[in-house]
Amino acid sequence: MALTSADDVVVATHGRGADQAPRPGGPRRRGNRLYGREPVLAWVFVAPMVVVAVLFLIVPILMALWVSVSDWSGRGSPLAATVGFVGLDNYAAFFSPGLAQRDLSTSIRNTFYFVLLVVPLQTLLALGLALVLNSRRLRAKSFFRTAYYFPSVTSSVAIAVVFLFMFSASGPVNSILGLVGIEGPNWFADPRGLIHVVAGAFGVDEQPAWASGSIAGISLWQWLAGPSVAMVSIIALVVWVSAGGYMLIFLSSLQGIDEEVNEAAVVDGASTWQRIRHITVPILRPTTTLVVTLGLIGTWQVFDQVYIMSQGNPGKTTLTPAYLSYTTSFGSAQWGQGTAISFMLFALIVVLTIIQRAATRDRENPSGRRGRRRASRKEVAS
Amino acid sequence: MSRTTHRPRILTLGALAALALVLTACGGGQGFSDDGTTSSSSDDGGDGGDGESGGTEGAELSVLVATGDTESLGAIQDLADTWAQGAGATVDVQPASDMNQQLSQGFAAGNPPDVFWVDASLLPTYAAAGNLWPYGEEMSDVDFYPALVDSFTYDGELYCAPKDFSNLGLVINTDLWEAAGLTDDDIPTTWDELQTVATTLTTDGVTGLVIGDTRDRVGAFMVQAGGWIVNDDQTEMTIDTPEAIAGLTEVQELLESGAAAFPKAVDSGWGGEAIGTGKAAMTIEGNWFKSAAGADYPDLNWRVAELPEGPAGKGTLTFTQCWAIADASQNKEAALDFIKSLYTPEVQVDLANRFGVMPSIESAREQYVAGVPESEQAWLAGADYAQGPVSAVGMDPVMKELDTLIQQLPGLAPADIASQTQENGQAVLGGN
Repeated sequence: MALTSADDVVVATHGRGADQAPRPGGPRRRGNRLYGREPVLAWVFVAPMVVVAVLFLIVPILMALWVSVSDWSGRGSPLAATVGFVGLDNYAAFFSPGLAQRDLSTSIRNTFYFVLLVVPLQTLLALGLALVLNSRRLRAKSFFRTAYYFPSVTSSVAIAVVFLFMFSASGPVNSILGLVGIEGPNWFADPRGLIHVVAGAFGVDEQPAWASGSIAGISLWQWLAGPSVAMVSIIALVVWVSAGGYMLIFLSSLQGIDEEVNEAAVVDGASTWQRIRHITVPILRPTTTLVVTLGLIGTWQVFDQVYIMSQGNPGKTTLTPAYLSYTTSFGSAQWGQGTAISFMLFALIVVLTIIQRAATRDRENPSGRRGRRRASRKEVAS
Repeated sequence: MSRTTHRPRILTLGALAALALVLTACGGGQGFSDDGTTSSSSDDGGDGGDGESGGTEGAELSVLVATGDTESLGAIQDLADTWAQGAGATVDVQPASDMNQQLSQGFAAGNPPDVFWVDASLLPTYAAAGNLWPYGEEMSDVDFYPALVDSFTYDGELYCAPKDFSNLGLVINTDLWEAAGLTDDDIPTTWDELQTVATTLTTDGVTGLVIGDTRDRVGAFMVQAGGWIVNDDQTEMTIDTPEAIAGLTEVQELLESGAAAFPKAVDSGWGGEAIGTGKAAMTIEGNWFKSAAGADYPDLNWRVAELPEGPAGKGTLTFTQCWAIADASQNKEAALDFIKSLYTPEVQVDLANRFGVMPSIESAREQYVAGVPESEQAWLAGADYAQGPVSAVGMDPVMKELDTLIQQLPGLAPADIASQTQENGQAVLGGN
């Protein structure tokens, strides 16, 4: 990241010196001489950030990459002469049938359902909260703003411990469910997948024959399990914690919307819902894309809640790639495989983010925000 | 207007910075936080006690122990100070918050603590990586229990001195026991009797027997049936045998009868909590239960019995740690001298009493037994037949998977648990 921006600075200053600013009466070459030292100066100015980025970002990533293709045993430097290169052996373990592959597949399945629920829920909740907070009729705005943002600035450990208590078998959540006559599950001990639970209600308890085929180590029936009951409580926690932060991003975008647009729409007789649907949401599209992108990247790496609350239990249904990478490295001292998992996770996130960006770009005219705003204005006016 | 339109851009920038940080967290290195000091010190080989490792005079020994409570920590610090005064050295005893992680970082950076505790289940992993200095020969005059020596022997060499050990026993809530009309004669000695008393003790709100849902508790039944997960030298999987399956089947039957349950089913974290809060009348736990009961459930009246016999006789599991010396230590001689100072019967009995565990040397047995109330001696009785943990290199994920399978009891067939674990383990150990 930092490197790219440093390059941008260099390109920008250089570009202006050479092409865009031919001084009156001066040939281009002279401009070059005048501004010739700018790239050097630019590098000097960004040097501290570059050094920090290289030392704490690039070097660790490259070292981890090396560990993932080496037989490093965790003793001494991974760059020592005794550490051997093993090619893709560490990765191969995950591409041949066996426990390692099953664990990775299970963790990807768990996290897939986690992302599938968390990202839409937290985005919708954040947008909803932001819309409410942005309404002119609401009083004590700053109180609510602080209240909603509070979970985001509280220690995730403290929140996780509170949720452990809330979701215990005799905890407040089950007490409230009990008031309306529902017998709550034993949340953190329940490995049943939600889809399996629903299928069970329709009489499908056993693995049906069509779903017994194995894909990447676990059966199709297992892939279709859905998030476990235990995972649902972690999903609730994460949505609750992160919605406040994304709400702030939405809120600041909302405050940037020109009041004239809404007023014009009111004059044209648009209802509140029409205004949200045809003005607010289209204008907020870039913000939504940002929130979804950040959400995708963050949720695929979920670690701390699992580390504190469930350690992958029950039945490995809260195992995530990040936590699996941790236990493989620190628990089993399989450093190569542990880092291999994190690089596969990295690749997965990159691919999914590219797909997500392509999908959002296609649907909308890519001419930028202003054009879109005009378009929506037209839509309302017509 | 112009101010407000800039805000999203600033936020976008902030968000991009956050994105960069998130990405860092993803690819970030694990464990080499300090690679500047790495290679020089870690390469000095496994031949401690030589000149480079220095004498005891003036040595600054660092000790990392996996204990949270201040009392145990104080006990070790007292012993260390006593030794340090005599040896003219200094000792810094630190409690570990996450032993695995702290040791991993120390090993990678080449500056691990000089002395630390290693669990028997992790010994081969650390030994195979060359992280430990095998000083067992220097301790050949100490009469450790042979089973403990086996637990810390890797590749034919004793790596470190067993610190102490704990065995599983049947912990009984004596109030509930008497309320159900049971006497000392009813203490179960066979599986059938265990089933009977558990059923008797099960009432509304009380489960007769609560068993931890891992191999570290359920495995005891395999031993009682004459089976175990691996063979004696841990080179072959033996869980897919009628004996081991019989042990799992016994647990399955207990659970199915409703007289036994896993802790989570009674809303407890572990068996000790279940019996401490009155949700269980019996549980299977080791010596650590004593300190937990003293701290959290001082009003609980309890006693320990030996685990009942299975078809193959008595069987229990043992858990132990040792005093390890880092191969990268600069103070090997001092570290060894300190550890040797701990192995007198008096110190062992004193330490054992403070920790609630059992001394690892046979010469301390008599003195220790004399000081232990009769209601707790059953834990020590298991020393003669206890089974140690599975510790072969690379078996950790297999054992975790086994725990996951055990948690699916009683729904999952024991034979399936066995065959799947057998297959998983063979991929690590090889063989058929």
